[in-house]
Amino acid sequence: MLQPRLPAARVATLTFLGAAGFLAFWSAAALSGMTSRDFLPAPWDVVRRFAQLVVEPFAGFTLFEHLLSSFQRFGMGFLIAVAVGIPLGLLMAWFPWVDRIVSPAFDAVRFVAPIAWVPFAALWFGTGIGGPVLIIFMGAFPPVLINTYRGAKNVDRKYIEAAQMLGASHLRAMTQVLLPAAVPSIVAGLRISAGLGWQSLVGAELIVASSGVGYLMVKGQAAVSTATVMSGMVAIGVVGILIDVALRRVQAVIETRRGL
Amino acid sequence: MAIIDFNGVQRVFRQNGQEFVALKDVNLQVQDREFVAIVGPSGCGKTTCMRMAAGLEHPTGGTVSVDREVVTRPGPDRAVVFQAFALFPWKTVWDNVEFGLISLGVDAAERKRRIEHYIGLMGLGGYEKAYPHQLSGGMQQRVAIARAYVLDPKVLLMDEPFGALDAQTRVVMQEELVRLARQHPRTVLFITHAVEEAVYLADRIVVMTGRPGTIREIIDVKSIREAEQWDRHDRIEDVMDQPSFVHLRSHVWKLLRDQHGADLH
Repeated sequence: MLQPRLPAARVATLTFLGAAGFLAFWSAAALSGMTSRDFLPAPWDVVRRFAQLVVEPFAGFTLFEHLLSSFQRFGMGFLIAVAVGIPLGLLMAWFPWVDRIVSPAFDAVRFVAPIAWVPFAALWFGTGIGGPVLIIFMGAFPPVLINTYRGAKNVDRKYIEAAQMLGASHLRAMTQVLLPAAVPSIVAGLRISAGLGWQSLVGAELIVASSGVGYLMVKGQAAVSTATVMSGMVAIGVVGILIDVALRRVQAVIETRRGL
Repeated sequence: MAIIDFNGVQRVFRQNGQEFVALKDVNLQVQDREFVAIVGPSGCGKTTCMRMAAGLEHPTGGTVSVDREVVTRPGPDRAVVFQAFALFPWKTVWDNVEFGLISLGVDAAERKRRIEHYIGLMGLGGYEKAYPHQLSGGMQQRVAIARAYVLDPKVLLMDEPFGALDAQTRVVMQEELVRLARQHPRTVLFITHAVEEAVYLADRIVVMTGRPGTIREIIDVKSIREAEQWDRHDRIEDVMDQPSFVHLRSHVWKLLRDQHGADLH
């Protein structure tokens, strides 16, 4: 059963306690001497290193430059996933024969972790932008396709009947009935997709890239600078949250417009 | 000439190896510009009849033709007004009404002229840019009626269009529909379970009974309406007070009740 909603003040206190507890535990572990500070840096070591990475180039670029190139790859992979996933999902929902053709291959491929495509990314694209983009695409594509398909399949029958009665062509039925009806489901899918895409990106850059946050982390590891690795983790986390916040805004705007 | 022709229509469902006859021997001809209401209890197959004329369902025996063509699929020549309105929630009033006209390939200027005409006629002026969820149920159904009329269809199929409305709104909509039917006479097949509504609106009433769904009787209302000059009255309650109206209503009620009694025995 759901618990009653907590008052705002309680929420703020609990959030603060959670964060403070985590940092305290981390600091204590780093200071305890159980392991070398090189293996587990303290929070302030990370903050200092982070600030340094912002201004001083490391592995060729400053932190923001790395982030920018990561974000470009992410944006490309994500956009391709959206550009392929939404139309294909609509086609599958509208034409049963497309569904039958695509489903078997898709169902098999979507259980393969995006990172498993690294050998092909390297073979096909070398260290060009194509490699990481392929891996991001493999992570971001399934949720877009699945949510578009499910959202379109779950359209209330009466809208389909209305569209048929009004003589809508296949194209108009898909773009003006299925697509808008599926938008809430699609946006939910985009959030999952962006999350998975952003995660896969870092995996991809650990292996096939010469810039980006993942690359910065590999170089940090090679230099036994765990503070650098952790700075990369922090940057990834923050950007991940920002992407999700942006998509949540989109979701809220759409739901208000629909009167949901 | 019959515009809608139900010719020996049957509908049999198979469930768990058992056959269930939903409709049996339905023969009905709706003439040009005629307003025919089908009344009957729920489950008598009246909605199925309408959906067959729309091409949304198909008979298992016999044929349904509209304008001498056997109906095989839905299309804008047979406009439907659904009980649940079925307006597109993501489109404005204007865009909802325009949707079918675009399918028909009507050019922009003509679309504008026709939409404006029906939006005005249905009292929707000023709501062109509103979304369905911002409108009351009655207003939404006006949009749905405008969306159907604007297509200038061969037939209008209405499936309990006022069934989801409150009593007051319902009365207003019934009066509006009569007004609209006089200004723009069309061939209408109107499904309802409300006896008064059928007597008030229809030229002919088809009384259906269930298990299996069959036509019990077809009643000519138009000749009575014209003889008794119901059209002198603008308000539905004045028409309903006419002895001829009361008599007809009781007659239909009895037909439906006898069926109910027969079920109990």
